[in-house]
Amino acid sequence: MKFQWDTFFVTGEPMILGAQISLLFGAIAMVVGLTYFKKWKWLWTEWITTVDHKKIGTMYILCAVLMLFRGGVDALLMRIQLTLPNLHFLDEHHYDEIFTTHGTIMILFMAMPFLMGLINLVVPLQIGARDVAFPYLNAISFWLFFIGMGLFNISFIIGGSPDAGWTMYFPLAGTEFTPGPGQNYYAIALQIAGIGTLATGINFLVTIFKMRAPGMKLMDIPMFSWSVIAMSLIIVAAFPVLTIALALMTFDRLFGAHFFTMASGGMPMLWSNLFWIWGHPEVYIVVLPAFGIFSEIISTFSRKRLFGYGSMVLSMLAIALMSYLTWAHHFFTMGAGPAVNSFFSISTMAISIPTGIKIFNWLATMYKGKISFTTPMLWAVGFIPNFIVGGATGVLLAMASADYQYHNSYYLVAHFHHVLIAGVVFACFGGLHFWYPKMFGHILNETLGKWTFWIFVIGFNICFYPMYFLGLKGMTRRMVTYQADLGWTGLNEVATVGAFLMGVAFLILCYNIYYSARKGERDTTGDPWDGRTLEWATSTPVPHYNFAKLPNVQGVDEWARMKKNGENLKITEEEVKEIHMPNNTGKAFIISCFFFVAGFGLVFEWYWMAILGGIGIACGLLLRSLEKDEGYHVSVEEIKRTEGLSRGDEHGTNK
Amino acid sequence: MEQTNKELPLEYQTHQDRMTILAFWIFLGAEIALFSTLFATYLVLEHRTAGMFSAKQLFEAPKVMMMTFLLLTSSFTCGVAIWYMRRNNAKQLIGWMLVTLLLGAGFLYMEIAEFTHYVHEGATIQTSAFLSSFFVLTGTHGAHVTLGICWALSILYQVMKNGITTTTARKVFIIGLYWHFLDVVWIFLFTLVYVKGMVG
Amino acid sequence: MKKKRKWWKPLSLLPISALMLLAGCEKDGVLNPKGPAAQNQYDLIVWSTTLMAIFILVMFIIFTVIVVKYREKPGMENYEPPDHHGNKWLEILWTLIPVIIVIVLTVPTVKSVYKLEEPAKKDVKPIVVHVTSANWKWIFSYPELGIETVNYLAIPEDTPIQLKMTSAGPMNSFWVPELGGQKYTMSGMNTQLYLQADQPGDYLGRSANFSGVGFTDMTFSVEAKTQAKFDEWVKKVNEHEKPLTKKQYDIILKPGHVGRMTFTGTHLQWVDHAKQNAHSSHMDMNMEEHE
Repeated sequence: MKFQWDTFFVTGEPMILGAQISLLFGAIAMVVGLTYFKKWKWLWTEWITTVDHKKIGTMYILCAVLMLFRGGVDALLMRIQLTLPNLHFLDEHHYDEIFTTHGTIMILFMAMPFLMGLINLVVPLQIGARDVAFPYLNAISFWLFFIGMGLFNISFIIGGSPDAGWTMYFPLAGTEFTPGPGQNYYAIALQIAGIGTLATGINFLVTIFKMRAPGMKLMDIPMFSWSVIAMSLIIVAAFPVLTIALALMTFDRLFGAHFFTMASGGMPMLWSNLFWIWGHPEVYIVVLPAFGIFSEIISTFSRKRLFGYGSMVLSMLAIALMSYLTWAHHFFTMGAGPAVNSFFSISTMAISIPTGIKIFNWLATMYKGKISFTTPMLWAVGFIPNFIVGGATGVLLAMASADYQYHNSYYLVAHFHHVLIAGVVFACFGGLHFWYPKMFGHILNETLGKWTFWIFVIGFNICFYPMYFLGLKGMTRRMVTYQADLGWTGLNEVATVGAFLMGVAFLILCYNIYYSARKGERDTTGDPWDGRTLEWATSTPVPHYNFAKLPNVQGVDEWARMKKNGENLKITEEEVKEIHMPNNTGKAFIISCFFFVAGFGLVFEWYWMAILGGIGIACGLLLRSLEKDEGYHVSVEEIKRTEGLSRGDEHGTNK
Repeated sequence: MEQTNKELPLEYQTHQDRMTILAFWIFLGAEIALFSTLFATYLVLEHRTAGMFSAKQLFEAPKVMMMTFLLLTSSFTCGVAIWYMRRNNAKQLIGWMLVTLLLGAGFLYMEIAEFTHYVHEGATIQTSAFLSSFFVLTGTHGAHVTLGICWALSILYQVMKNGITTTTARKVFIIGLYWHFLDVVWIFLFTLVYVKGMVG
Repeated sequence: MKKKRKWWKPLSLLPISALMLLAGCEKDGVLNPKGPAAQNQYDLIVWSTTLMAIFILVMFIIFTVIVVKYREKPGMENYEPPDHHGNKWLEILWTLIPVIIVIVLTVPTVKSVYKLEEPAKKDVKPIVVHVTSANWKWIFSYPELGIETVNYLAIPEDTPIQLKMTSAGPMNSFWVPELGGQKYTMSGMNTQLYLQADQPGDYLGRSANFSGVGFTDMTFSVEAKTQAKFDEWVKKVNEHEKPLTKKQYDIILKPGHVGRMTFTGTHLQWVDHAKQNAHSSHMDMNMEEHE
């Protein structure tokens, strides 16, 4: 195939040209900056080769916020296009690419990494561990995600983005209707990132099962860590289904196979089934850690232990299990017949039972508590009424025959944004504010935080409430525009206003991050919120080995109990022992780069490049296997120095 | 967390190794989900032959039986290798593992010959949904076997160089788990693809 | 410390809700049922929405009370919240409440799901129409009447229409909100939908499943006429319209938008897209054909 520069680079679109130029300048600026400030070594030793879960967590969150910006811009572009009837701000094809990348990015490259970031940062600290079970694998997970994110994101400037919707239904997503690299980006980038996610699931299951501080029984684990167990169980069982679905898609598109084609026996409906067998559990993969975050925040700022610990654990495990039994509700209208539709209606509605139990338990936690409305608490408290509405519309959608009218309309769009934003995004923002002082040693400004919250929540409701009505009026999702005589204009105008308010809130958050870095209230206690769990027992900044002295855990909310009894984790000179820590390594990053090479080759069907990348990956894995890396020991002197930093006063010591 | 328990088999003695083995079991759980999806896909597409080759027309019982014999025997020899590992006999460990890998290579040789034969007949991955799913399902298993052989060779090299240590014992144990797992998958393949296809 | 007026939160939704209700009050689409299927769905939607709205209201009230009453007020510094671990009876209660709600919603849902599989009127012979979606148009074939139309569907009022649906291309979804819920059109197989219009009128239909760049304009109209006017239309078509040729049909199938078209004869004489995916199997994809 003759190489054509003007199809390789996306041309003909002024906005994309603008993006290409800014990205080029941005890349140049970064290179220049790093060189000028002589920070290349720092970048390599501190970040690219790190296996420290805290740093990996920070990198995940940074990427997630960047992706939130990208996905948010996609959203605003769509909302502009839909504000008035018959606008031509975006042409159909560009619009199709934008809603596809918006959905894929928000779920897989924003929500997942944001949560993975918080999980990485917090879980080992919460369970009193010094690291995750497999630090090198953890680094691999991050860099594979990073490469998958990178590969997916360059699509709009090189080759063209996927454009068949984030659900990629066949046969539209097949080469009969959409040839070219677009959908290939989706199949390959998600495959690469998915490997990272599976590895994270395994990593955290083993970490939480096997690396808890002495004395911490399973039923003493903080609720956020329990939510990570539930999430990881779903990951292990669901991501392989996506792996296969994407592989089959790749075979169809690249090698002429007939899994989902219109001819030669292919079955497009098979894709829908496989995709949603993964897809529905996926939304619980993101929502369960979100629930865990809310449990931590609500109990901390109600000054009261979480109500119904046992039920909260059971309900999450129930949700994890039941999430596998609902997938066909995504296609009630595909003609499965009344028996199948009835079964899935019931199984879908049934998930609201354990979810409802959780909501009641959160309310009972706040009951008779002493609630302080800090920014994290605002996000958690705001979640409850908003999620109730979103969840209620989910129950309504679960009723199959009613869904025959709701399906694929804006009613559906409103529902899933309601639950995903109120559930997951609120948790990400709340968790960010909550654990920010642990990450960076300063608190995000409260006033700016409150402005962010209120503007975002109000904007969010203004944006999505009208969409329920638009759906009932007959507006379907993925429409590029609409006729003026349909009477949909007013509601669309309102929705756009709401979307821009959310954008404003995001900008305030970004400003908050910048402002607080320079002028924010510093926290040196390590426990600015009077927290209840062990992550707050560490000093700030957290030493790379986390705990010099491991606690002997006696129950739930161990740190709260310790403070009440005047105990602390201050270590004495005699107690200091060497601590074994893993070595940094560049292999995770380099292997991931080879994944990029292989992936890029597959996207453009340049098989020589794919094979080269594959060889690189194999070599990297082999070298790692042959490597004798026993880690290193943190010396007693270093620990004494870190711990005794301010012997005799409150600051900087493990408490 | 360096709790070393000398009463356990060598590969279970250190905490890190115990965690690695647990992680591998969980990974095998994920592999079960993976192969289940492939099997489900195959069973859905099994009869969609586009009027071309069907299972009955293609599969040959004697060859399949031979492949099964080779792979199942290799699982046994793998077990023997572990048995020797437990008795600290590196030489026998390596020897029996090499037999295992040889049998595995024999299995692969036959499978590649089978695929090439089908392709020569005109039954390719592009012919029909049935053939696409057949090749991808059995091919994925075959690719796992291939990867396993390469992986095992690198581990055997490490045993040769470093002897049987907690680390090499753990690595050998894990590749053993992997190999047995692939054997179980083959049993399902044999039954649900070949036997079902030839008889059903 | 500034008093936090959290109770504002749920109330802030009121003006929006009012605005929405007003906007939604021009009843159209799903909220303007013009056929028995749509009516069935409308009743279910209204009933379930009301029930859930009551539930939401109750939850909002509980939420507001808790959030206002238990917020930290000046003077509360020494208040020590009780160490509640849980309460078995409460847990049972608030497990049972959602269970009851689910049961209460399930019963009418299942009834409705089964009812919609059948024609609304059993005593009238349904008119069979084959629906074929193609990029980006809708083709309607009446084999018994020897008529084929593109982008409009003429039907008599009060008569069940048995739609046998398929696609010549990507998946689409046949949706006429005022007459009833949708169903997907997929190549290589048939899906079936029964619809009926109560009275004469023009009802807008569109595809509800994204099928490519031309998907947005893939609309069609359902024109319900009185029996007399329908018969008149059939007669007029048979007398005046040209027969469909294969060449013409191939042109229609090409990607793009065409306007309204009418022909005598149908494309089923040459091709039935529902049977196109040859796979020599007993599982021939003719789903849901209850003759």
